[in-house]
This record gives sequence, structure tokens and C-alpha cells, in this order.
Amino acid sequence: MWNRRKEEEYTPKPASAPPTTPVLAKEGSTMSTLPSRSPEPRVEPQRGGSAVLGKSVIVKGQILSREDLTIDGEVEGTVELQEHRLTVGPNGKVVATIKAREVVVIGTVHGNVETTDRLEIRKDAKLVGDIKTTRVVIEDGAYFKGNIDIVRTEAPRPAAPPAPKPHAVPSPATANSPAMAAGAGETKR
Amino acid sequence: MLETRHSHGLDQFCASLEERPGLSILDLAGASQATVSFLTNYGHRLYTNDLIHQLDVCFSEGDFYENQANPLMVSKFLENALSFPEKNFDAALVWDTLQFLSVPLLNTFVERLHRVLRPGGCMLAFFHAEERVDTIPTYSYRISDHHTIGMVARGRRRPAQFFNNRSLERLFQDFESIKFFLARDHFREVIVRR
Repeated sequence: MWNRRKEEEYTPKPASAPPTTPVLAKEGSTMSTLPSRSPEPRVEPQRGGSAVLGKSVIVKGQILSREDLTIDGEVEGTVELQEHRLTVGPNGKVVATIKAREVVVIGTVHGNVETTDRLEIRKDAKLVGDIKTTRVVIEDGAYFKGNIDIVRTEAPRPAAPPAPKPHAVPSPATANSPAMAAGAGETKR
Repeated sequence: MLETRHSHGLDQFCASLEERPGLSILDLAGASQATVSFLTNYGHRLYTNDLIHQLDVCFSEGDFYENQANPLMVSKFLENALSFPEKNFDAALVWDTLQFLSVPLLNTFVERLHRVLRPGGCMLAFFHAEERVDTIPTYSYRISDHHTIGMVARGRRRPAQFFNNRSLERLFQDFESIKFFLARDHFREVIVRR
């Protein structure tokens, strides 16, 4: 029974499959070798051309990629994927300046991140560094320390009309609010 | 679980941000999607740091408050938490974090806040007003709208001290003005202007 399962696992892919796909699928599967009792972090399936740095890979230096890249190992230096997507996998530890179209952090990143499209910091991910992006998604449970600079293609929303002056005495509308101001004071120097 | 509360302090804080876009804001509650979206939609920049997390990282091995007298630990904490150039921010969201700093560190920290805020800059801080308790709830705060705060419970902690209006005035004596709102749920909301 064991032998049969092994054979099934290593059945060669049809020759018509794109040359990189079987390798990527195999590499991608290394990320699922986590202990089965821990919930597996979500990793988007790879589409099209994509490269993977597995969790036992350590890179020090500059990475320039013209395809999507998943880093599940350790990288120190700079990572540039100007038109592509970078995923820092659950085991990934990146100490680098990152520039990409899109970045998804599931593991750990120390360094500034700049994206032209979007940045996603998933639950349990850790990002320490300044980010510059057009869109950011931060899941609850993610840790982020740094500056957030959202680059807008259109003009920023015009300032809303001034909010009503704070009520020193609670208004009837807020009188039933559990957090109604019960007192207020001001000191000017 | 997310609780929400109406906040006069936040209302006033947000009013000060609507004067012009492109302000630089310090948020010590840690990153949340709601706060990031709310503030950046106005065209502001945000620096976010989780001060409670930094306190735990620096002081939680051993006695939390005794450690706050250790110069090496204090130095590391200040480096991690509030190491910015002078007049770097237009506003600061301090939330309830100041309650967990022992007196010498608290004074140093408030001095630094004064230094990193620009003149006229606004700061929002909360203080628990119920003094007959040993521990107080801590929360992760996020801005839902200009007068509503979302709060996610983070357990309970022993505060370093309790504050009344007089002690708050003393604490923020270097600031231009201080305004406080006492809410029914034992929160004292404080708006301080640099």
C-alpha cells in the first residue's frame, strides 16, 4: 500500500505540460510540509510563470526577478520584481528592501516595501519597515511597525466639512449612549 | 470581539485633522486596517507602532514595573517606541498606553511626545477613571468613523497609577492646552495640544 502511494506521488507529468509547472508544483508543495496539527496559512496558488525559494534556501545579495516569486527561505539584501508579485511565505524571513507590483507577507519582513499595486500583510505576519503603496490590506493579528504612505493616483478626498464642536454637555442624541460624556473640562496655558 | 464606543475625544481629534491633508500621524495602537483606511483616505501619512507590544518585549521578563527603572531596558524601549526627529508628527494617537508606564519613564515618554509633535499638534490619550480596581482592561483600538472607536479586548493589566484631572494637568504641563471628557464607562478621554 505504501509503495503504491509513493508510485502515485512520483508519477511523471504529461509531456505536454509547460516545462516549469511540475517543478513549481513540487516546490510549492514543500510549503505544506508543516505539521498537520497547525492550521496551514493561506498561500495563493501560483499562476503562470513563478519562482520559489524553498524554506532551506538562504540568499544574501540582490534578487531581480521578471516573474512572480515566492520566498519561503531567508533573503538578505534587495528584492526587485517591478512588474510582478512577491509572496513571503510562512517560513520566509526577508531582511531587504523590496520593490514589486504586489507583495503578500505571510512570514517576516524587515525592510522598506514599495509596491505599485498592493501590499497585503496576513494574520501572524510581521513587517517592520516603511511601506509605500497604493493599497494596503492588514489582517487582524498581523504585526506592523513603520510608516504607511499611500500613494494616490487621484487627488485625495476633499476634507469633510468641519465636525460639530464637541459637546461639553451631552446632546439628547448621545444621552443614551453607554459612553456618553459625563463631564468635560479644558485648561489653556 | 469588537466593541464600539462613541468618543468625543476622537471627534475633536479628527476635526483637527480635517484642516488640511498630508499630515503625519503617530498611532501607538498597532496597525489596523480600519485606522489605516480612515486616516489615509484623508490623505494623511501614518506611522504605526504597537506600544503595548513594545512594553512587553522590553519589560515583561521579571517585574514589569521594576524593569521600567532599568536604564538599559528603558533605553531600548525608547529606541523601539519613540525614536523620531523633533517635530516629526502633526498628531498622535496614544490611546490608553500611558497608564502602563511607571512615573519616571512616563515623564520621559511624555517629554519625548512633546518633542516629536509639531507646535499646534493634537494628541488623544485615554485613562481609566475607576480607581477601585487592581487591573484594568486593555484594548486594541481602531477608528471606525470620526466619533466611533472599535475596541478589541487584549486582556487586563495592572496600571502603574491612576490619574485624575489634576495629575493629568501636571503630566501635560508643557503642552499648550488640555481638554478632557469623562465618560460613563470609566474612561477619561484627553485631548492635548502641543
